[in-house]
Amino acid sequence: MSPLTALLARGPGAPPLWRPAPRPGEASWLTDRRREATRWAEGHGFPTTKHEDWRYTRLDDLLEIPFEPAGPASSAAEVADEVAAEVAAGLGPHAGGPRLVFVNGHLVAERPEAAGPAPGAQVGSLARALEQTAWSERLQSLWAPARAGYDHAFRALNDALAADGAFIVVPAGCAVERPIELVFVSASGGPPVLASPRSVVLAGPESQVRVVEVYAGAGEGPVLTNAFTQVVVGPGASVSHYKVQAEGTSSFHLSSLEVRPAEASRFSSWLVALGGRVARHEVGVRLGAPGAAVSLDGLFLPAGSQHHDNPVRVDHMAANCTSHQLYKGIMADQASGVFNGHVVVHEGSLGTDAHQVNKNLLLSEHAQAYTRPRLEIFADDVACTHGAAVGHLDDDALFYLRSRGIPEARARALLVGGFAEEVLARLPAGPLEAYARALVRARLGAEEGSGRPSEAP
Amino acid sequence: MTTTLDGAQVAELASREYQYGFVSDIDTDLAPKGLSEDVIRLISEKKEEPGWLLQWRLNAYRHWLTMAEPTWQNVTYGPVDYNDIIYYAAPKASKKKPSSLDEVDPELRAMFDKLGISLAEQERLTGVAVDAVVDSVSVATTFQRELAKVGVIFCSMSEAVRRYPDLVRAYLGSVVPYRDNFFATLNSAVFTDGSFCYVPKGVRCPMELSTYFRINAAGTGQFERTLIVAEDGASVSYLEGCTAPMRDDNQLHAAVVELVAMEGASIKYSTVQNWYPGDADGKGGIYNFVTKRGRCAGAGSKISWTQVETGSAVTWKYPGVVLQGEGSVGEFYSVALSAHHQQADTGTKMVHIGKGTRSTIVSKAISAGQGQNTYRGLVKVLRSAEGARNHTRCDSLLIGPRCGAHTFPYIEVKHPSAQVEHEATTSKVSEDQLFYCRQRGISEEEATSMIVNGFCREVFRELPMEFAVEAQRLLSVSLEGAVG
Amino acid sequence: MLRVDSLHAGVGGKEILSGLSFELPAGQVHAVMGPNGSGKSTLAHVLAGRGPYEVTGGQVSFEGADLLALSPEERAAAGLFLAFQHPVEIPGVANMYFLRTALNAVRRARGEDEVGPGEFLGLVEQKAAQVGLDRALLQRSVNEGFSGGEKKRNEVLQMAVLAPRLAILDETDSGLDIDALRVVAEGVNALRGPQRGFLVITHHQRLLDYVAPDAVHVLVGGRIVRSGGAELAPQLEANGYAGLLGPQAGGALAPLAS
Repeated sequence: MSPLTALLARGPGAPPLWRPAPRPGEASWLTDRRREATRWAEGHGFPTTKHEDWRYTRLDDLLEIPFEPAGPASSAAEVADEVAAEVAAGLGPHAGGPRLVFVNGHLVAERPEAAGPAPGAQVGSLARALEQTAWSERLQSLWAPARAGYDHAFRALNDALAADGAFIVVPAGCAVERPIELVFVSASGGPPVLASPRSVVLAGPESQVRVVEVYAGAGEGPVLTNAFTQVVVGPGASVSHYKVQAEGTSSFHLSSLEVRPAEASRFSSWLVALGGRVARHEVGVRLGAPGAAVSLDGLFLPAGSQHHDNPVRVDHMAANCTSHQLYKGIMADQASGVFNGHVVVHEGSLGTDAHQVNKNLLLSEHAQAYTRPRLEIFADDVACTHGAAVGHLDDDALFYLRSRGIPEARARALLVGGFAEEVLARLPAGPLEAYARALVRARLGAEEGSGRPSEAP
Repeated sequence: MTTTLDGAQVAELASREYQYGFVSDIDTDLAPKGLSEDVIRLISEKKEEPGWLLQWRLNAYRHWLTMAEPTWQNVTYGPVDYNDIIYYAAPKASKKKPSSLDEVDPELRAMFDKLGISLAEQERLTGVAVDAVVDSVSVATTFQRELAKVGVIFCSMSEAVRRYPDLVRAYLGSVVPYRDNFFATLNSAVFTDGSFCYVPKGVRCPMELSTYFRINAAGTGQFERTLIVAEDGASVSYLEGCTAPMRDDNQLHAAVVELVAMEGASIKYSTVQNWYPGDADGKGGIYNFVTKRGRCAGAGSKISWTQVETGSAVTWKYPGVVLQGEGSVGEFYSVALSAHHQQADTGTKMVHIGKGTRSTIVSKAISAGQGQNTYRGLVKVLRSAEGARNHTRCDSLLIGPRCGAHTFPYIEVKHPSAQVEHEATTSKVSEDQLFYCRQRGISEEEATSMIVNGFCREVFRELPMEFAVEAQRLLSVSLEGAVG
Repeated sequence: MLRVDSLHAGVGGKEILSGLSFELPAGQVHAVMGPNGSGKSTLAHVLAGRGPYEVTGGQVSFEGADLLALSPEERAAAGLFLAFQHPVEIPGVANMYFLRTALNAVRRARGEDEVGPGEFLGLVEQKAAQVGLDRALLQRSVNEGFSGGEKKRNEVLQMAVLAPRLAILDETDSGLDIDALRVVAEGVNALRGPQRGFLVITHHQRLLDYVAPDAVHVLVGGRIVRSGGAELAPQLEANGYAGLLGPQAGGALAPLAS
């Protein structure tokens, strides 16, 4: 029995079947944390639709699969290389910016910028950083002790299993000019594989950095990617995070982005989600210092029988912070999409400005949309709004285009593209934008021929 | 310039009391405390009910024993000891229901006069038919004769069970089944009275119908059950008002309201809820745990809920509409105020089943003092509901730094032709608006009350005239002492 | 009537008015002119009692009383009226109801009888006709969805109904077409009288072509740098603030020029 299914089969309170063994050279705190996390997961079990935050996401299929944690060597290395090359081609020729490639959560290739990313900036493997005493101590504070609790067992599982990922440090005042690209390939040659990449971005005071994460899939067997990225934004710093999720349709993708912005800092995240059988991308921002501003955007385009879940939680815990969310969903075929936004304005967070918008487009008879924009407000000097909409293509607009001679399928594609544009337009111009647009076009472009989107790539 | 009231003003305002908090000295017939099959048999016997109804009650009770009290609501309250409640309390004089107002116990009439609902005056002047319910029984129903002329049945539920058992049996539990939820199941087991209204085919009820609920006896719970049926093409507007005395312990009110609208029928149900909210420190007050649901069974039918919730210590209710009939319409207009330590978790459920069904939700929530107000609403469009439409507007107003306003919409859409929109805003009473009013000479408190009433206007205009005036007054009174 | 004596005020620790003094006798119209950022609107708000502005020094007496000790509504009851530069929208509150509530609150505070709905309706309709405000706007929510001109007319209507002792017009002329400007001017002129004072705060001379001021004060950097007769306004318009003030005021003007 594999570790994951063993975990699942055992109820709360059962003696642990599975104890992570210390890895060679691992710091003792990390061994302890990993054990605690395992115990926590055992005790709490995996989330079900009875949990409010998982209400619309069924994991029954996922939990049936005996995943094995991925080791550094992939059984599908060859095909993984191909996918990595494809992504690289998609991202375009690069003017020497740093790029790290991971297969099943382990670093396989890195292309540091010719002269380093920027003076003093560090871009490398988390596994390596953990081996260095100075960084290990710094990282210890980011592995929250189990007694602080986890949002759910998958987060605990990442704490327990993560061995590698990206480690990015930008010193005070440093502006990293070119985006740092992280390519995560999930690949299985047959047996189900569990990948647990974990990445850490530490942006010093007044620094600037852009980080791109691309997830792509390869191989025959199912893969569960259970990723976790932590971003610490220093005072006055500015961090942008871009994520393209294009895993295979037999893969499961669960990920979590955790952000801690310091005083007067700026953070923006942007997601385009295309892949995965079940894909869930969580964003959690804790605005604990005054004057910070975050903007969180997302575009999710499930088709076929895909299910995409997008929980976004923002905690306003300090004065004069701003948060803006814009998530758009385009659901085709039998796909379903979920937006689960939650803004909490804690007591004393005066001058809060929080806005949350989710709009969804249903393209076919059997597509489904679930949206829950939530506001919880415990302070009075606030301006908070949210809006949500579910609809279909505007018949008048469609007719207008057709009356101008545009064939129906093309007209539909144009309108759907227009719907996506609001989010795409927020990407800065450049190779990433071109790559993301190409992927979105490929997904929606199928409309041109059949009037229906095809199965995911 | 500070905008807060000084201590003396606050003390003065806070000392204004809930004006319906008096207790009337009415001789009351009580069931023994606690809940058991015997108590249920006793209630059923007192009401001279047929066997099927007793069996239905017992089924509900047995099912209730297997249920756990829900905890998902965004409210906190002390545990309710269901064996420390008196499930049946009836003013003794009402053993035989009076056939005319002259026969109503003078004490009871005096109580209603004091509440500002003079039964005689209502009959003479306003032309509103009133069913007055005190504790567990209906004590007076006015205008029955006039209504009977057009075939409208309006009476207490007990009377309906005796006189129209087939109608009651056909519809009771048809919208809210006895297994529905913890409090509805409890109500099904122990419900005592409430109103029954039946409007036959094609009849537009010639006057507003109204039920006035009053909890008077101590240590009792109120479990009324209301059923309104509008046949094809019929229409009716129904009003409900409620008050309770000030008591230090919390009293439970767990009502069920079921509405059925057949083809082309329309039911408008308005509530002004002013149960005792507890004192300024949060002591006492009513737990208002109510299940209200309408079924638009026929094509082109319409059910509209309007509620103004200013009372109760804790409110938990989601008046909803099941939109079954093609092209049927559901509406929900709500004002909910939580001042002092009040908590409200309220909203609606619109379930779109039929083609071309439409729903509108307008919710205005006001939080003041340490009040906590939650809007929770579900809009569900099933696969069958082609062309369904919903528009939701939820606004919250915050008065003071220690209150809370929460908005939890759930939108579930399974048909691509549906159009669902939800908008919400939360903000405090604008400093600019307050200053503008004050610059024109209007005091801060009056200005706040004016702005809050303006904020609620969209809902108030859905209420019948007299109720709208009453609602505005209640809102102003409830805000007193909570502003500043 | 109004005496402002070395008034210092600001917001959040930043001083905006730095020792401002002038006197407005009853029966006169005074204009306060100044470039953007000179503190004109702050002066209007401080006189009306608007937070978060804080008075850090100086005195203001109004009809012999300490104006700064009064709440905004007490100032209104004492006869001070501020025509807002940006009139505020109050959704759901009918314009008519708002105005009657204000009038009666002021009358109550002065120990006068309240005006009944019938009498009030007559008064408002007459005044509304005078200022050319569409009657339909009386039933609409206060300022909600009004055009810029309609909002200003509504301010003038309120002024006419409340008949204040001292009216402060805070850039009431900004963004108005010539017709609306005339309405504002006529509203002021109709109310002019020996017992009444006006403080017209403006950036341009335009309004002063229609409302002849008895005195003009030039406000720069939170201070009155020059006072004079009506002839000052066209000079300002022609030469700009810097030109008028000459080199001796250059120091005070330097930051504004940049």
